[in-house]
This record gives sequence, C-alpha cells and structure tokens, in this order.
Amino acid sequence: MAAVANMPVSDLLKSFKLKTKQQELLIRVSILCLVYILAFITRLFSVLRYESMIHEFDPYFNYRTTLYLTQNGFYDFWNWFDYESWYPLGRIVGGTLYPGLMVTAALIYRILHFLRFAVHIREVCVLTAPFFASNTTLVAYFFGKEIWDTGAGLVAAILIAVCPGYISRSVAGSYDNEGVAIFALLFTFYLFVKAVNTGSLAWSLASAFGYFYMVSAWGGYVFIINLIPLYVLVLLITGRYSMRLYVAYNCMYVLGMLLAMQIRFVGFQHVQSGEHMAAMGVFFLMQVFYFLDWVKHMLSDTKLFQAFLRITVTCAVTVGTIALGLGMLSGYISPWTGRFYSLLDPTYAKDHIPIIASVSEHQPTAWSSFMFDFHILLFLFPAGLYFCFKRLSDATIFIVMYGLTSMYFAGVMVRLILVATPAVCLISAIAVSATVKNLTVLLRSKNKGVQTGSTKGSGSSKASSKALLDQSQPFQKNGAIALLFGAFYLLSKYATHCTWVTSEAYSSPSIVLAARGAHGSRVIFDDYREAYFWLRQNTPPDAKVMSWWDYGYQITAMGNRTVIVDNNTWNNTHIATVGRAMSSYEDEAIEIMRSLDVDYVLVVFGGVTGYSSDDINKFLWMVRIGGGVFPVIKEPDYLVNGEYRVDKGAAPKMLNCLMYKLCYYRFGEMLTEYGKPPGYDRARGVEIGNKDIKLEHLEEAFTTSNWIVRIYKVKPPNNRW
Amino acid sequence: MEVPIRATGILGFTFFSLLFFICTSSPLHNLFISNAERRIDATSHIVKVYLTLKVENAGSTPTSEVLLAFPPTRVDHLATVEALVTKGKRKKTTLVRLDVKPTELPDAPNGAKYFTIYLANPLNSGESTTLEVLYLFTHSLEPFPAEIGQSESQLVHYRDSALILSPYHIKQQTTFIKTPSSKVESFTRVEPTNRAGTEIKYGPYEDRPPYSFSPILIHFENNSPFPVVEELVREVEISHWGNLQVTEQYTLVHGGARHKGVFSRVDFQSRPTLSGASSLRHLLARLPPRVHSVYYRDEIGNISSSHLRTDSRKSELEIEPRYPLFGGWKATFVIGYGLPLQDFLFESSDDRRYLNFTFGCPLLETVVDKLTVKVVLPEGSKDPSAVVPFPVDQHLETKYSYLDVVGRTVVVVEKKNLVPVQNSHFQVYYTFKPIFMLAEPLMLASAFFLFFVACVAYLHIDLSIPMLSVRGVNIRYGCAKIKPISKCVSDMKETKLSDPADPPAMNDSSNRSLGG
Repeated sequence: MAAVANMPVSDLLKSFKLKTKQQELLIRVSILCLVYILAFITRLFSVLRYESMIHEFDPYFNYRTTLYLTQNGFYDFWNWFDYESWYPLGRIVGGTLYPGLMVTAALIYRILHFLRFAVHIREVCVLTAPFFASNTTLVAYFFGKEIWDTGAGLVAAILIAVCPGYISRSVAGSYDNEGVAIFALLFTFYLFVKAVNTGSLAWSLASAFGYFYMVSAWGGYVFIINLIPLYVLVLLITGRYSMRLYVAYNCMYVLGMLLAMQIRFVGFQHVQSGEHMAAMGVFFLMQVFYFLDWVKHMLSDTKLFQAFLRITVTCAVTVGTIALGLGMLSGYISPWTGRFYSLLDPTYAKDHIPIIASVSEHQPTAWSSFMFDFHILLFLFPAGLYFCFKRLSDATIFIVMYGLTSMYFAGVMVRLILVATPAVCLISAIAVSATVKNLTVLLRSKNKGVQTGSTKGSGSSKASSKALLDQSQPFQKNGAIALLFGAFYLLSKYATHCTWVTSEAYSSPSIVLAARGAHGSRVIFDDYREAYFWLRQNTPPDAKVMSWWDYGYQITAMGNRTVIVDNNTWNNTHIATVGRAMSSYEDEAIEIMRSLDVDYVLVVFGGVTGYSSDDINKFLWMVRIGGGVFPVIKEPDYLVNGEYRVDKGAAPKMLNCLMYKLCYYRFGEMLTEYGKPPGYDRARGVEIGNKDIKLEHLEEAFTTSNWIVRIYKVKPPNNRW
Repeated sequence: MEVPIRATGILGFTFFSLLFFICTSSPLHNLFISNAERRIDATSHIVKVYLTLKVENAGSTPTSEVLLAFPPTRVDHLATVEALVTKGKRKKTTLVRLDVKPTELPDAPNGAKYFTIYLANPLNSGESTTLEVLYLFTHSLEPFPAEIGQSESQLVHYRDSALILSPYHIKQQTTFIKTPSSKVESFTRVEPTNRAGTEIKYGPYEDRPPYSFSPILIHFENNSPFPVVEELVREVEISHWGNLQVTEQYTLVHGGARHKGVFSRVDFQSRPTLSGASSLRHLLARLPPRVHSVYYRDEIGNISSSHLRTDSRKSELEIEPRYPLFGGWKATFVIGYGLPLQDFLFESSDDRRYLNFTFGCPLLETVVDKLTVKVVLPEGSKDPSAVVPFPVDQHLETKYSYLDVVGRTVVVVEKKNLVPVQNSHFQVYYTFKPIFMLAEPLMLASAFFLFFVACVAYLHIDLSIPMLSVRGVNIRYGCAKIKPISKCVSDMKETKLSDPADPPAMNDSSNRSLGG
C-alpha cells in the first residue's frame, strides 16, 4: 500500500491501463452481461403486449401449487391432498408432481421478501422462466468453453439466448417445468463433462446435485439418466476408459440416484423401473472394467488374462441378464411406460394411447417447425459435427451424442425440440466459432506476413510459408472477407428471425386471444377469464365442474372450483367417462353426470369468433378416448363416410350428442356473419345441422360475451309430485 | 297482500298515538312545525328524502335544538343526515350547513332514534325558521318478487309512513314520492292520496300530533341496477418523491332482485332493453384530476374493458365488470391509480404535514356497506392522527413495502354504510423529516457499492491454498489445454514425477511425522 501511495501519478495511471488479457476479460464479461440481459428481455414480449400473466394450461397448475406453497409452507405442500381436482378421487399433489419449479419460485420469492422487495408471487412465477433462460446462457458459455474454447462459449451463449426452440417454452408467463429444467439439464451435462475432463470428485458431486435438481424439476431427467450411460458406454467401446471417467460416472450415478430417491414422485424408480436400468447396467459394467483393469495389472501373462477376461465377461453378462429377467418376471422391475415407448417408436402412441396422441405437442415434428425453431442452426449443426469429429475428445464426443440423440427425439415429438436446442446451439456455436476463427486467423496472419515481409525484407520461415500459401490461392483474402460477411449476414438473419418468431408466435398467452378488428385495431377476446371469474364468484364454492381435461387446471386455478378431470392425465378411465358423457345423448349423459355429482358443464365453442381450437374440433378425441374404455361409444357413429362434419349432412348421433347440443344451443338464432344464414359456424365455415336444440336436464347458466365459453347448470331431478 | 299490511298499519298508528298520550313531558313541546313538505326520491336504490320544515317556537324560552325522529328499523339504513338553513332575504339567500348529531332520549317511544339539529342562532319564542333536511336511506327498496328471470323487470317494495314521524306537533304536511317509472303495481292509500305520472302525493294532512305514524307500502318498478359495494378497502400510499398511490379493492354485488334460472346470451345481446334490464353493465368512477397510471384488474388479471376520460377538473373512469352483473351476482376487482402529491399533501402551520383526501367511494350511485381507508405514511413519519368529519373507528397498523426496514405506519379508518354524498374530505396529520427520504436510495447505493467491492476483492485476492509446486503444474495445465485431455493428464503425472524437489520433501515430512 505504501508503495502505491509513493508512486507518481503517471505510474498510477499506467497501472490502471489494461493489459491485453484484462481487455479480453472485460470484453468477455460485458458480452456475457449483455447476452444475459438480452436473453431476459427478449422473453418479455408477452408481458409488454398483454400483461404479466400465466400462460396456457399447465403453468396454471404450477402457479396454483406455488401459491399454496408460499401460503402454507413446504410440509403442507408436500402432504397436500387436493380434493378440488379429479373429483371424487382427488389427487395427492405432493407425491405426483416435480416440485423443483415451485420450490425454486417460492425460494426466489422468499429471498426477495427477505430483501424487502414486496413483489407478488405471480410476478415471480411469470419471470422465473426468463430468469432461468438467462442463467442457461451462462451455462452454455461455460459448456462451450469446456468443449471447445471461449469463443465457442460466447457464440453458444448468444445463440441459445435467442433460439426460438428454447424461447417457445421460456417466455415470461410460461411458468412450466421446462423453464427451469433446460437450465438444470444443461448444467448437469456441463458439470458431468467437467467432471469427466478433470476426474475431480468435486465436479462429479456437483453434477450429482445438478442431476438432483433436474429430477426435482422435470420428468425429462430420464434423458440424462439414459444419455450419460450411453456416453460412458461409447467411451468404453472406443477405448477411452480412464480413471477420470470412472470417478465421474460412479460418483454421479450413485449420489444422483440416492438424491433422486428423495423426490416422492420418482421414488425407487431408479432401481425398479426399466427406463433406469441402462444406467445401472453401465454402473456394474464400469466395476467389471475396473476389476479387469486391476487383474490385468496384476497378471503379467496375457494369455491367462484373455481367458480370465472371457470368463468374467460371460459371467457378468449372464448374471446381469438373469437378474434383469428375474426382476422383470417378478414384477420388481417395471416394464417401460407407454410414454417411453412412444418416444422410441413414434407410431406407438397413435395405436395404443390416444390420450398421448391427442396432445398437439406430442405429434411428430414437421420439417417446417425445425426450420422455424432452429433457422440457420439447422445448417450449422452438421458443420459443427464435422468440427467435433475433427477434434475428437471426451467432451466433443459427449456433445455429439447429446446432439444426435436429442435430434432424434426432437423428430419424434414437437415438444422435444426444446431438449435438442442446447445441443444444437452448442454444436452450431462450434461451427461458427471455428469458421470465423479460421477466417480471421487467415486475414490477420497474412497481413502480418506482408508487413514483416515489407519491413524486414527477409521475414521468418512462418511468414514465408504463409506467403507461399497466398500465392497458391490468389483470392484467399477476398474470399475470407466474403465468407466473413456471409457468416455475419446469416447470423443477423438468425437474430431477426428469432425476434420475429418470438414476438409473433411464442408470446401469446393463449388465455387472452387477440385478433385484428375490421378497422385494423386490436380486438381482445378475454372470454376464458370472464367465464372462470364468473364461476369463481357466482357458483357455490363446492360446485363440481365437468369439462374436457384441457381446461381442468385453468378452472381450478382461476375459477377455484372442483373439476372432474384435468391436465394431469393420470386416470384414463376417468377421462374416458367424461368423454363418454360428452359423446352420449343427453338422457344418457345425465346419468353419468349425476353419478359424478356434476353441477356445471363447461364447453369451449369457437363458432362465433372463428376460434378453431374449440371442443367441437377436439370432439373426435373425446370419442376415441371414451371409446377406448367404453366400447358403447363407436367412432364411426359420429362420422359420415369417414368424414367429420357438423352441418346438415352430419351423422344423427353427432347432431344429438351432448357436446353438440351444448355448443350449439340457441346458436341457430344467431347471425354471426353478414350475408350468411343464422347459425353459421365461423370456425368450420358451415351452417349447423341442428338448429332446434332443446335441453332437458341442463340449462344455460352463463355464456361469455363472444360465446367462447359456455357453462350449463345441471338441473336437479324433477319432483315426482 | 294489501289487507294485512293495512291492518298492521292501523295497529302501528294506534300504538304510536297511545305512546303520545302516555308521554307528556319535556320542553319539546315548546316547538311545533307549522308546515312540512317531504319529497322522497325512490328512482335509484339510494332513497333520498328532502324534508322542508318550518319550525316555530311557541314556548317562552329560546331554543337552539330541533329533533328529528326515525323509526328504529330504518335508522340502520340511514346513511347520512344533513340540515341546511336558508339565510338572507329574498334573492340573496345562502344555504348554511348545520350540525347534526345522533341523540339518545331516555323516554323515546317505541325505541325511536333521534338526530339533533343545532341551530346557528337560538330560536326565540314566537320566531320561526325554515330548515332543509336531506337524508338518505340505503337498502330500503326491497325487491319483490325476490327472484326474477332474465326477461322480467325488477319490482320493489318501499315502506314508509304517510305521516312524518316527529316529536313535534305538525300543523300541515305533505309527502311526495317519486318513482322511476309510471309503472306502480300498488300503493297504500291514506286519504287524501293521489297519483300523477311518476309521483304519488300523500296529503295534505292537518294537525297531526307528535309521533303520528301511518305505514304505507308502495310496490313499483325500479329497473335501475343496485350496485352495492359490500366491502371497499382504499389504500392511499404517500411517497414523498411526489406520488400518491391509491389502490381500491372492491367487492361488488348487485343488491337487486336475485337472478333466477337461465342466463341467455342470445337474448341479452339481441334485446338489450327487454332482457336483463336491471343488470349492471358498467360503473362510473369519478377520480381526481391529473390521475395517471390507472389500472383495473382482479385476482386473475387485467380486465380490458375500461375507458378513462380526463380533463382539467376531473377524471372519469368507466369500468365494465367481466360479465354483466345480475341480481345477486358478485364481482371483485381492484382499481389503482397514481396522483401528483402536491395536490393532496400540505404543510400545516405547526410544521406538520397533512394529507387531504376524499373519504368515500369514487363510484357513483353506489352504496358502500363497509369502508376501510388505509393511509400508508412514509417510513419514518411520526405522530399520525386522522381528522374525519363523522364518527369512525380508527387504529394503527404497520406495513412493509419495498426496502422497508422498520415498516410504514398505516392509519386505518373504518366506516359502515356509506353513500357517495359523503365523499367529503378527511385529513391525516403526521410529522416527517425529509432526511428519511434518502434512506432507501442510500441503502441501495451502499448495497451496490458493497457488491462491487466484493467483486474487486474477489478478483484481486487469491483464495487458493498456496502450494508453489502445484501452482507450477496448474500453469502448465492451463497452457496445455489445447492438447487432448488424456495427454495433458499424463503431462501432469510426468511433471510431478520429474519434479525433483517435491517428492523428497514430502517424504521428509512424512518421516518426520512418523518419527514424532
């Protein structure tokens, strides 16, 4: 200190001058800060355009549970039996959800309140996903740095910050498990790769905790617990087994498994379910490998060792197979679930589990949506793979495997594009970074070569070799510049595309619908909330509402009323019962509704506004799911020559089933469009077939201002006297 | 229905007359009312009564108190009583407001309740004065039938007395009752009674003794909605940085005839006049001028149907509930807005500050059953006291908001049964040192400063355990990163092995420890 004080001013100034390394650090940190902010603010379109609100369906359940958690504390939350859903069965919430998201939000909320920021829990929930997206960019940077270099890390951070594939699930208000899970996923992978690279117990311990967080947050953890063993297996096969790998995998697996068992929803699945057996098998394989290594070390005779190897491997494989077979037979190890099958075989769900196939985000991905979500990354991905293969290391093998497997899954299901996004971004970042680096190196070194050549005359051998190279390729410099410009053009196109997609496609809350009015002004359809709020205020607090399962979470969260089925589709029979009620005639349906104590029936109808994802368009799924359990319901009854229609030519059963009646009740008197007959359905563009609908056991209780939600009250049975 | 009501009326009349004969005391009888005219406006759900009394002092001593009497059942619904006296001659008349206070009289017949009007100048014997009295009743129109369908119109019962209940002798009196439409189902006749258009006239009645009472019942159509705010919590937060933030939480209910049966949107949309005529479609809130950042939302989010019109004198906020309110339907919502502080906060002469703000509910034509006003004073303010022009319940609370350490003092004022006429102002006095304004910015600044200091410190302090040999390896490892990792590790091993200084040293130490 004294020395500093005695220094002259000029020296002091000089000491403040940054060195090149410090400058680089400064630039890197400021880029990261900007990316961090960018990732956050690009996800705020929906808040600015609409309001700070929770989006879609599942996030409403998460919000409701978070609210419960913050109000009643963790233990009440853990032991919560929710009798407001799945009436009359109820749901053990604590044991049937991944609590990571709620606990995270509640923790952030607590911290903010401790720091005296009096925010509402809703704001915390709305901004959780963007916050974690920002954190993901940091992880992407470190991951990129680990597998390639700092440049690739920075590019990866930037790419992932705006990549639509990720934004689709992490805009403000999209308070869903995926929001934090992608962060957890990438973080676990990063820590594991770090652990493999260093062989350090600390990193593998950290990755075990990362895995624990992932398990607590999302069911997608199965991807980790299968990808990592697969990776280890590949390393073993390619002869890259090392002590580092041994330490990293064993520590991560054992600790991660023990930690994961603490999540009640997962429980003992790590040792009991078929989906987790690969990890265990690889774990034992690692031990065999280690053992063999040790024996090899002890035995000097190679022949003896070969024999020993053969015996051991045969024994191990037999024991393993027998154990697996016994486990399967005794039922101790459960077979793969339908969801898992449908991932491996895209056609499985369609034939066997209509409830999975009915969800739009479970459909196989179209090429256009790949293009939509990845844009130029789709072309950079193979290039990145090329670079990875060119410089093969443990880390690049990992990212290659991650990229390839997740790309396969992304092709199977639309929603899994999300899982592929980090890998695609990282691999593309390697491509961008490596290309740009090569090009700039070319430009700079040549300049230097010319300079040295001109000033010193002779020049070093390196410069002369570059000069030689120059002569062999005359337009190299221009080519490099052109390529650089091309790369920047592509990247800027990517940025504009991402912003456009985010603002146009992924920032709609889907609770509030917006449309362009006749004069170009924005028209808001706030019918969902109108109906839910009506339910909340004007029905008895113990009223039971029957609706298709899509709206279950929203009714309980916003309407605060008991529902029969909701988006947690755990009981197929119950859903099928509702489907059956909806597709039966009214007098049959009333029996089912009475048996379920239904007080109100809610249907969503888009015929007035032209809103196409309404219950009439979902109706065939109700028939299918209902028919899957109750063979009385037959799909062909509702179709005419295999065609689904609602106009005069529709099947008679269709025209008189409960759903049709509830949707079109008194719609025949309504003029929806100028120049069209009354009862013209704008969503389907036809005049409805049954205009004279009489309801016997139900009465209209409420219809929203644009008719999107219609609520009917089940009348009490008639007095016999 | 008519017959039993009339019967009870006669019973009541005789009862009150009996009471009058029993109680023959007090200086009340010095006064008598020479002429009384009462106009009852029943067009909305707040019943307004304009009473013009000509009071004469027949006694020998001057008196300055005039009593008003109310039946005990109606006093609960009495929202406000105001009395005015005309001053001046002919054209230069001005109205002067008089003090009115509830009074208990020991010998009140049949539990009648009293209000005392305190005259500005005592009324000498033989003199007379004219009083203008206004009082409002809430919840006094009783829907009958109590449940109606969507297309029916709302009919209500109004009960009152044809004669003015008064502790004084009234020489001549007339009562006019105004109904919203000419559709009157029935009304009690107390001759002379006649009806013309939307007005029913009772009287004139001559020379009625004190406590005369003659119940009447009018059954008429009133299709105006009955907006009743069951509970309103107004929170006024003062920030000395120049903003006054008002948050109002409403629990609104339609207090009219309950809705029965179906709600049909087709009918409601295609025949708005016939269907749901008494439904509550929108409300108007009158806010102070220069209002900014207005919001209107509820538990589940923003409600997009509202319009704000502002001019220099007032702001009007027209709000629509999410759905039209039929009888018995409820809605809860929150209105919030900011106001410039200088319009409402002043400094009093004794160096204290005071907030001057309206007390009641800004919604027009609304009854508030329970009002809670919370004034959140800035952190560090002392000695709060509220001055409200009518009797209220008061207490203090503490609230924690952004960056509060000790919490803010909240002055809570509660009042029941309130009507918009009572939107008078109230004041909250407190002392506040401006230095407290800087507490929060300073806190933030120091927090950021500490954060940066911590960052700088972290970058400059090497927290790793200093082991020179290991550090050498580390540097090597750092340089060798571009090589495949496996090679790098083997490098590490080599360096460790080849380092001649290290292993012997370790051996030494272990030997020593063994030896020790």
